Amino acid sequence: MTPLLQISNLTITPKKQPTRLLVNGVSFNIEAGKTTCVVGESGSGKSLTALAVMGLLSKQLQLNSGSILFSNAQAGVQDLSKLDIASLQKIRGAKIAMIFQEPMTSLNPVLTVGYQIGESLTAHLGLKGAALKAKIASLLEMVGIPAGRADSYPDELSGGQRQRVMIAMSIACEPQILIADEPTTALDVTVQAQILQLLHALKTRMNMGMLFITHDFGVVADIADNVVVMFRGEIVESGAKEAVLNNPQHPYTQALLACVPDAEGKKPLKPIDYSWLGHAA
Amino acid sequence: MSELILEANHLVKTYTQRSGRFGFNTTLVKALDDVSVGLSAGKTLAVVGESGSGKSTLARCLLQLHPFDSGEVIFQGQQLDQLNGQALRQMRQYLQMVFQDPFASLNPRMRVGEIVGEGLLIHGLGSSSEQQKKVVAMLKRVGLTEADMQKYPHEFSGGQRQRVGIARALVLQPKVVVCDEPVSALDVSIQAQILLLLKELQAEMALSYLFISHDLRVVRHIADDVAVMFQGRIVEQGSVADIYDNPREEYTRKLLSAIPGKATQH
Repeated sequence: MTPLLQISNLTITPKKQPTRLLVNGVSFNIEAGKTTCVVGESGSGKSLTALAVMGLLSKQLQLNSGSILFSNAQAGVQDLSKLDIASLQKIRGAKIAMIFQEPMTSLNPVLTVGYQIGESLTAHLGLKGAALKAKIASLLEMVGIPAGRADSYPDELSGGQRQRVMIAMSIACEPQILIADEPTTALDVTVQAQILQLLHALKTRMNMGMLFITHDFGVVADIADNVVVMFRGEIVESGAKEAVLNNPQHPYTQALLACVPDAEGKKPLKPIDYSWLGHAA
Repeated sequence: MSELILEANHLVKTYTQRSGRFGFNTTLVKALDDVSVGLSAGKTLAVVGESGSGKSTLARCLLQLHPFDSGEVIFQGQQLDQLNGQALRQMRQYLQMVFQDPFASLNPRMRVGEIVGEGLLIHGLGSSSEQQKKVVAMLKRVGLTEADMQKYPHEFSGGQRQRVGIARALVLQPKVVVCDEPVSALDVSIQAQILLLLKELQAEMALSYLFISHDLRVVRHIADDVAVMFQGRIVEQGSVADIYDNPREEYTRKLLSAIPGKATQH
């Protein structure tokens, strides 16, 4: 089976400092119906990789090398890094959708949530009037919000509900790939568990490939099929979840796993260990 | 059971919230509904619960940063809510707080040396050279250097800023420190370092912590006792081992089962 998304040798640098490798030679695949988790500390290049897939990199950054091959169900295999803006706009929201980290800031406060969910439906599928309303209502119910809330403004919803609205927006056009950039970091544990379950159910039902960015290994253990560990712009380890979590090969993965507190309190707390860097250098 | 250093009895705090069209009506929100907690000397009491459950309101009421409607707070045998301005200010030396967001809780226009030394200045502890020495010693203790005194907060990473926040709270030799989600804004890799630092300092300086958190994995490692809050009430209170191994309340069980990664760890 060809992978849904094939990222190979992706390198991102600032335009003014082409020698500073923010993302350095990153390659991994996303398969249909599978969740790939990208794990790493702040500044490891997780979010930049996701933004590059969407073609949303800041103007100050550039893709130096590498390709992002996407198996579009309609247009065949496309290299997202080479597409022009018009073609990217056809893919964004329709084929590849993204959920952002902060549900508090990523919704427009002066538009109703129903309108915001409907935007991509109108743009990509040309839905209007009653059909649009019905589709919005069914999407809201799918993510567990009463359809009557379509006329609410974002400030009338709780953090968990706003993140559900973001999810409804992203799955509106039934994308092939869903990118979630730390979708639960800003939420409470109980709400986090609900959102993770919802994402898992939707992924299975729609056979989406999911790229899930997080720094929480507990979340990884719950939802991942494959894991990619990033450190300072490079992939240090990748593989199936069981292999990476139970039998980590790279010292950084081991150090990162060791400093995650466990719920039983059996494991002693350990600060992260960078001593392996000395050996590598 | 050891002696209680800080005790709250039957605290009630209500907020009025504007509601209805144009906010013409008001509704009362009970942020604290008959809350009683006791913090043992030298121990850590964790307060857990979802956002909006009243954890932070409780912390603020304990430190008299918010007035409350009824109830009492007793610190070392003195009723804090009866103290007037001057006496309360003197007492605050022994009641310090470490805040959640290390990016928002340090004044960007003050040097780290000034931030950490401000409490000493306000309470007039020692001459300026003694204060200087204390600041340097405290910064070194939390893992920063003397040279860092001249720097501004923006020159530090999140973990380092939280160290500055801890130094600021501890330089006054407090007895009780309220930590309001001190690690939730930090990377997992930095969390453990800060938690270990807090534990070491507790042993060295005989501190009692009131530790507010919604991360039950963190609480398991740092707390001696746990109080579970839900909608302004304490639904369950007990030792860490009891709460985690035999949760009696439905809500506690729900919180515990929501810990990510739990299903696969067994």
